[in-house]
Amino acid sequence: MLKANRRTGLVFFPAYDWAIDPTHPEREERLLYTQDQVMEEGVFDINGIREYKPDMITCKEIQRVHFCVPDEAAITTESHLISAGGAKVIARAVMEKEIDCGFALIRPPGHHAMRVAHGGRGFCHINMESIMVEYLRQEYGVKKVAIVDTDCHHGDGTNDIYWHDPDTLFISLHQDGRTLYPGTGFTHDLGGPNAKGSCLNIPLPPGTATEGYLYMINNTVLPILNEFKPDMIINSAGQDNHYTDPLTNMKFSAQGYAELTRLLKPDIAVLEGGYAIEDALPYVNLGIILALADMDFSGVVEPDYNPENLRQEPHVTRTIKQTSDVINRYWKQRGELREKAGPHGEIQQRNREIFYDTDGILERQKEKIRICRDCAGALEIDSQASTGNHVLCVHIPLNACKSCRETGYDMFERANMRRFSRAYLQDRPRDTYTIK
Amino acid sequence: MLIGLDVGGTHTDAVLLDKTGLKRNVKVPTDSLDLFNTVLSGLNLLLEGIDPLTITRIVLSTTLTTNAVIQRQTKPVGIIVSSGPGIDPMHFRRGKYYFPVSGSIDHRGRERSPVDPREIVAISKILKEKGVKHVGVIGKFSPRNPFHELMIKDILARDFDKVFLGHHVSGNLNFPRRIATVLLNTSVYCIHRAFFNAVKRSLEQKGLRAPIQILKADGGTMSLEASMDFPGQTILSGPAASVMGTLAHAPALQDVLVLDIGGTTTDIAIMVDQAPLLEPVGIGRGPYKSLIRSLKTHSRGIGGDSHVRVDGNTLKIGPHRSGPAMAFGGSFPTPTDAMVVLGIMAAGSWEKALEGMTAIAEQLGTTPVKAAETIFKTCCAMIIKEGMKMVAHINSKPVYTVHEFLEGYQIKPVKILLLGGPAPFLAPEIQRQSGIETVAVPASNVANAIGAALARTTCEVSLYADTEQGIATAPEEDYSEPIPRGYTEDDLIETAYTLIHGKAIRSGSDPEDLEIEVIEFQKFNIVRKFSTQGRLFRAKLQVKPGLIKGYDDVYTSLNETFKDSFCETTGVKC
Repeated sequence: MLKANRRTGLVFFPAYDWAIDPTHPEREERLLYTQDQVMEEGVFDINGIREYKPDMITCKEIQRVHFCVPDEAAITTESHLISAGGAKVIARAVMEKEIDCGFALIRPPGHHAMRVAHGGRGFCHINMESIMVEYLRQEYGVKKVAIVDTDCHHGDGTNDIYWHDPDTLFISLHQDGRTLYPGTGFTHDLGGPNAKGSCLNIPLPPGTATEGYLYMINNTVLPILNEFKPDMIINSAGQDNHYTDPLTNMKFSAQGYAELTRLLKPDIAVLEGGYAIEDALPYVNLGIILALADMDFSGVVEPDYNPENLRQEPHVTRTIKQTSDVINRYWKQRGELREKAGPHGEIQQRNREIFYDTDGILERQKEKIRICRDCAGALEIDSQASTGNHVLCVHIPLNACKSCRETGYDMFERANMRRFSRAYLQDRPRDTYTIK
Repeated sequence: MLIGLDVGGTHTDAVLLDKTGLKRNVKVPTDSLDLFNTVLSGLNLLLEGIDPLTITRIVLSTTLTTNAVIQRQTKPVGIIVSSGPGIDPMHFRRGKYYFPVSGSIDHRGRERSPVDPREIVAISKILKEKGVKHVGVIGKFSPRNPFHELMIKDILARDFDKVFLGHHVSGNLNFPRRIATVLLNTSVYCIHRAFFNAVKRSLEQKGLRAPIQILKADGGTMSLEASMDFPGQTILSGPAASVMGTLAHAPALQDVLVLDIGGTTTDIAIMVDQAPLLEPVGIGRGPYKSLIRSLKTHSRGIGGDSHVRVDGNTLKIGPHRSGPAMAFGGSFPTPTDAMVVLGIMAAGSWEKALEGMTAIAEQLGTTPVKAAETIFKTCCAMIIKEGMKMVAHINSKPVYTVHEFLEGYQIKPVKILLLGGPAPFLAPEIQRQSGIETVAVPASNVANAIGAALARTTCEVSLYADTEQGIATAPEEDYSEPIPRGYTEDDLIETAYTLIHGKAIRSGSDPEDLEIEVIEFQKFNIVRKFSTQGRLFRAKLQVKPGLIKGYDDVYTSLNETFKDSFCETTGVKC
């Protein structure tokens, strides 16, 4: 009888009745063929593989991560709550030691959803991984978390949420932002002043093949993970690096995904994008599941797989090696970079514009962070969106020092309610969320 | 009149019924090495002095298939599998002659690589040399496109008695289970055919001309002729017979827990609105996982004869049986002994039972009567707990749409129906502990045979339509027709309805008993390059397991007949 060498939990929530619109890539049958393949292979009958029913997350669980404007109900649907709930169920099962690792095959996806959410961006409304990570921290006291985002698009939402958090190592491998949505995630984007080097963005040139991905995993990602020593590794498992994906330009294969998973050994994988729903997803997902379960995946090959067509050009290989060196250097200098970022106690400001392609919203942010050597720093975001909403969001991080807590409360109290339609205070140490 | 016969592990029960009620019931010992004589002696006893021409329906539930598998009486068969990409098919190897071959069909039913006929011819030669008579052919995704299986069968057909194909067994996707199911059908075919043909001949010699129906694991029946293609479906029909026997006692529109409490085990099943719950994919006990439609039953090691002992300071009951109760000549104490000592059950040797309770009492540091009470109450608590565990298990079953999640039907039993020897003695205590109305089914010793006699003929049909490829297929039926682009949901259901109607009648169903329902329906757009290229429809219809029409009075009369004996048992104080 077939047996999983690592006990693996799966949540399968294809949301067959939810779509952005009928011909949108993020539509009902996105996981249909994956489900067919997984069923036909008899995956759920394998000894050691267990299927879980997704749960629904609560408003409070969203409020640990996001500032939803005007509120949670306005930007989420039941699908989002169940999808995030799927990730949560896997996280709980891993922590309760019912399983060694798990994979939440859920949709809608979430890695483009940022801390402030006025609507949908890149098919995402709320960030499934971050909601799961904060759940793990709140309920199980997990501290250091590494999120490796292997979706072909820059995981700019997760990047934003953990921009200032030195306890979360966020590594995104994605197609170079100059050639693909959302156009961000360059090597010098290393995180905020308190967390420089804990966000590592690895842009890969179009045409990167399996060897390029695995080079980056072996030479950059794994050594860095080894040094960071996370309590938990999460993989945002987007599947749009596949050579058949209609939205991207990469040459990654099902075998490559499985090998990447075997190397990375994530505790939890969460499905993100991936829109070659017939030719890639069934094989890629099967490969990932078998690799997580530490089983033989050598037979998982796309019917039209032809290694001749998937060769990596020499200039692509060169670029990848250079990028790998750059990232490794940044990682080594992270202490220095944080020192240089500014003096302890100073408030640093950055201004930016965020476009919500899915909902056609433009947002302007003024972000203030207190530079702090003792914690992730108090954070204030003044956010004005083309919807007419103008809000002030204050975040006090989980490990906040006394000064940052005071600063946070001060920021919230000083909010001029003639300017803002709402002000929010996210007090993570107290696990409260206040609106005025 | 109708005949229902259920072969059990130790006894075989047979009943004769007409529309007014139970006419006769007999019990004969089961000889597992000679089931043919077991069945015949049961029928002979039942039919003594009865005019054979008055019999209109005969339903048999046997352990033939189960025994053949357990006793390894099956002859080697050939298994040919065509898989394509995925898990190595050698992991699903069963039997001596197992051949993975080339050829691949994908999840949409498209051919991705062809079958090599020379390979099949070579395998055919090997199998013939080994004297193999029956072959099973299974392709991955064959329910999506059976072309490869049919082609392989064409090459093999001349050289073998019978070739079994994977896509005929079920529309459900699960390649390893499909292999196991075809292997089962192929392996037991010989034994099944010989047995039932012999039964048929003997009955004909007695002048019985009524069609013979065979009970399946899903609580429905199929004709003897139809069973020749799917002999494996008769496996584990025993628990199905019992559940069908309780069906008429279940209230409409509500959930019921059915507990069949035997000597060794308690079999648990659930009914929703007078229909038993089925396994979503197929029967799967331990390592034997298949695509055989089956009632969802859990079997747990707690019964009247469970071995009772004290381990450290804690009382242990089951999961094994170490012989009969001490009151009936056994050597270890059991819950039955507890009931005898408490006077709940007036049978067997009270002295012997007390001996058993005394031994337990000494270890627990209490009196024999107190020990008996504890055992009795613990036993009931364990049975309730196992029942509720199954309810919880079903309620935690994953769903795949937002709608299903939000509407998620949660099973909540409002009644417990008990079957089996100790049922009447346990009912009051189970009701007291669970707070749920608990009833021992009247005539519970023959409920299984009555269930078999009255079970409806059932079947299932899956139909897929793909308007992009312009084809509708019902693989189990070998049905495949071109469809226009404008094909709709209604067209699909209409076709599926016609197909299942025909199939049910062919399997021996009475048109009056055809309660057909759509159990699955999905539709999807096929989108390529951001425009809709077609639609995908998937539907599954079933004849709902249930009882044949016109026999309601049987149960009314049973309730009347057994009312007195009922009051006696429920009047007992615990």
